[in-house]
Amino acid sequence: MQRFVLIAVPYTWLLALFLIPFVIVFKISLSDIALSIPPYTPTLEDGFGPFFSALDFENFVFLTTDDLYWKAYVSSLRIAVTSTAITLLVGYPIAYAMARAPEEWRATLMMLVILPFWTSFLIRVYAWMGILSQEGVLNQVLLWLGVIDAPLTILNTTTAVYIGIVYTYLPFMVLPIYAALDRLDGALIEAAEDLGCSRVQAFWLVTIPLSKNGIIAGSFLVFIPALGEFVIPSLLGGSGTLMIGKVLWEEFFNNRDWPVASAVAVILLLILIIPIILFQRNQQRQEEA
Amino acid sequence: MNRLSWFNVTALTFGFAFLYLPMVILVIYSFNASKLVTVWAGFSTRWYGELLRNDAFLDAAWVTIKVAVVSSTFATVLGTMAAYVLVRGGRFLGRTLFSGMIYAPLVMPEVITGLSLLLLFIGIGLDRGVMTIVLAHTTFSMCYVSVVVSSRLVTFDRSLEEAALDLGCSSFDAFRLVTLPIIAPAVISGWLLAFTLSLDDLVIASFTAGPSATTLPIKIFSAVRLGVSPEINALSTIMIGIVTIGVITAALVTKRNSLRQQQEEQAAARVA
Amino acid sequence: MAETIFAPWDDPTEKPLIRFRNVTKRFGAFTAIDDLTLDIFEREFFALLGPSGCGKTTMMRMLAGFETPSEGTIELAGQDIAAVPPNKRAVNMMFQSYALFPHLSVYDNIAFGLRRDSLPRADIDARVGEMLKLTRLEKFARRKPHQISGGQRQRVALARSLAKAPKLLLLDEPLGALDAKLRQATQFELMDIQEKTGTTFVIVTHDQEEAMTVASRVAVMDEGRVMQVATPERIYEAPESVYVADFIGDVNIVPGTARAVGDGLFQLNWAEDTVPFIAASEGAFSEGQACHLAIRPEKIAISAERPPEAENAVHGKVLDIAYLGNLSTYHVELPGGQVIKAQTANTRRISRRSFTWEDPVWVSWTKTAGVLLDQ
Repeated sequence: MQRFVLIAVPYTWLLALFLIPFVIVFKISLSDIALSIPPYTPTLEDGFGPFFSALDFENFVFLTTDDLYWKAYVSSLRIAVTSTAITLLVGYPIAYAMARAPEEWRATLMMLVILPFWTSFLIRVYAWMGILSQEGVLNQVLLWLGVIDAPLTILNTTTAVYIGIVYTYLPFMVLPIYAALDRLDGALIEAAEDLGCSRVQAFWLVTIPLSKNGIIAGSFLVFIPALGEFVIPSLLGGSGTLMIGKVLWEEFFNNRDWPVASAVAVILLLILIIPIILFQRNQQRQEEA
Repeated sequence: MNRLSWFNVTALTFGFAFLYLPMVILVIYSFNASKLVTVWAGFSTRWYGELLRNDAFLDAAWVTIKVAVVSSTFATVLGTMAAYVLVRGGRFLGRTLFSGMIYAPLVMPEVITGLSLLLLFIGIGLDRGVMTIVLAHTTFSMCYVSVVVSSRLVTFDRSLEEAALDLGCSSFDAFRLVTLPIIAPAVISGWLLAFTLSLDDLVIASFTAGPSATTLPIKIFSAVRLGVSPEINALSTIMIGIVTIGVITAALVTKRNSLRQQQEEQAAARVA
Repeated sequence: MAETIFAPWDDPTEKPLIRFRNVTKRFGAFTAIDDLTLDIFEREFFALLGPSGCGKTTMMRMLAGFETPSEGTIELAGQDIAAVPPNKRAVNMMFQSYALFPHLSVYDNIAFGLRRDSLPRADIDARVGEMLKLTRLEKFARRKPHQISGGQRQRVALARSLAKAPKLLLLDEPLGALDAKLRQATQFELMDIQEKTGTTFVIVTHDQEEAMTVASRVAVMDEGRVMQVATPERIYEAPESVYVADFIGDVNIVPGTARAVGDGLFQLNWAEDTVPFIAASEGAFSEGQACHLAIRPEKIAISAERPPEAENAVHGKVLDIAYLGNLSTYHVELPGGQVIKAQTANTRRISRRSFTWEDPVWVSWTKTAGVLLDQ
């Protein structure tokens, strides 16, 4: 009895507030837009027969005809992949240096990496607006240094979106890689060098392969949320930055086209399922090891 | 071995500069006297005063805190239950679906979660307001809580619970008197995580909040969409300050406790 | 001291405290306990001995109530306890990991079970005091488990499980976490406490020395079956199977075929063209039946000349010598290639051994030194 309640309560909650909403999204993605409240048809009030028979794939067909959508998907994928790669390049040296730092510093360094995670995401993105703008701190510094003659336009470009993603998701990359490198036995590097490897060879042949799981985990942790990101492109990106999260938002709030917004969501979900499954496999393998 | 090479020093310096400089700059500019946020016109706390007189912000902050306290508390209860089911539940019908529903929200884009919940609330005719935000936040943060708590439960020595049963506890008493006090740190960090996630959330709140309730992130977002604002700088500084003090205090307390425990264990080993 | 020997298992009128009747326990396709029938009597110190995975821990967990038998019944004082949950059983357990509650003091750990029974405060206090005294922990009552040493933790765990005065105390590898010296001292302490409290103890262990030292009876288990239940002396001197003989202590096993020669004596033909060994046996063996002679190394003498009176004597050569300080073990190769271990006590400080490698020697033993086993 106790066990039943224990399972039933969270189960029911998740069914009602997580699974059923998805079913609704899926269903509405198959409905037609209507000038009513709620702005789609058919609704359940039309009865079960017409409710199901009136469903079609029109919205999905529409998504393929208007190139805005597939361009947004492609551009989101490109931005997510590129920024994941940049985050890896920035994050790996930090994680490596942390793992090589003296024992007594490591806890503090860890805390310093985690700390930004506890501060508001929105504020961290916002902080870059003041830095990247035409009269922003970055341009002022570069002008003062004489590196540039005229201020650069960075804010409201895709570059700013890259910076924003790398900045906000950097801890997600650093932590798993650090965890992998921290476990790495220093004697392995010494053994490799003893067997004739140079420093660089030892790094490529021993350190990198042994931190592979951390790299994979970190990459997924950056890639997955970056793909559906909304805040960063809408604050730092410009009109030229197409990201699917932003498109969905605008479709829903500005155009009030719920069926198309739902169809956009369904496709985004389908795109995400592959990396999510790959990520979970990687995690499971790690747990088993 | 662990000497810091020039490479490591450089990586750490640049890495942490990248992580912290933007926030430092934000904090500095919050004390700028000028309305023009990019021009330094001397030190002033003017914007903090303006912020405190801005009722809209204060109201939003109050709503946000209410939502965060209530939703993180619900999320902690539900998430701890879910963690218990995941780790100790054994086999039951739909276990795979259950664990799927626990892990999926962690990787789900917020726009989708927000959209789906909004469509649900409209579908069942629930008026959007504080209540719907609480429901939404509870749902996604309970998953984070359950991940944090279940990772603690996995390493929990099960014979402690068996010992409690053996000494006459009912299974609920065993949980209340033995398991809960021992996993309390994980439950508390789960609560803090849920609280922070709720405070922080813009996207899901935007979907599920009605005109009657506006949270601080929604307010900030609409204020900064058009550009940098000195009041938001001041607000950000306050929020960064609170988090920094909180995290540092927590870290110091943890460090002191583990140091003390270490000393006591060493003392015990000497006695033996 | 004209005390009667404590041996309720030999008394047919004695009612057992615990009775396993045809108990089988399966986990999926794996059978942990296979059709087990066993009686344990009041005030016994009963040891379950066996390698890991032999089912001894499962048996104990069934007694505590954490597992239920798939088949058969377990009775405690005449009552079937299958339906009684662990928190309602008059059985307490001392866990291998001790399972001390890390957030409670030593005092609160010991009082934990008593508080569940809603006893008056004064009674709890008195009982905990008694337990602290019994386990010599008075000074540590207010410490937390991580503030005391391993040996003290072991005693807290014991005090906690004894506090409720259970009819039966289960001890799961209670000394496993202690170092060798401390373990020996604690074994005697355990026996002392068992005697003082008069509680029935069932101990699970994989350490044969520990089982032999503390237990009134030992059950040797293998793959879910009890191979033999007997007093430590009988387990050692009169094993009923090669498995038991081999599991407990060091032993020579000589396979061969039996031939009755009357008077409870049998000949063992162990190799061609050799004089058969002679051994006394309580069991009967048919002509030509395959059997094994099990004989302990310390019961075999080694000499340069053939001892004139020897009932069994065989010539061989020294293959190996293991010097253990107090003892020396000689490995002697017999004509058929069989190797026999003979042990001698090093009663004198010797600068030179009587025998060395490759020396021809005689090994000899009496007809009652070994046991004949059919399995």
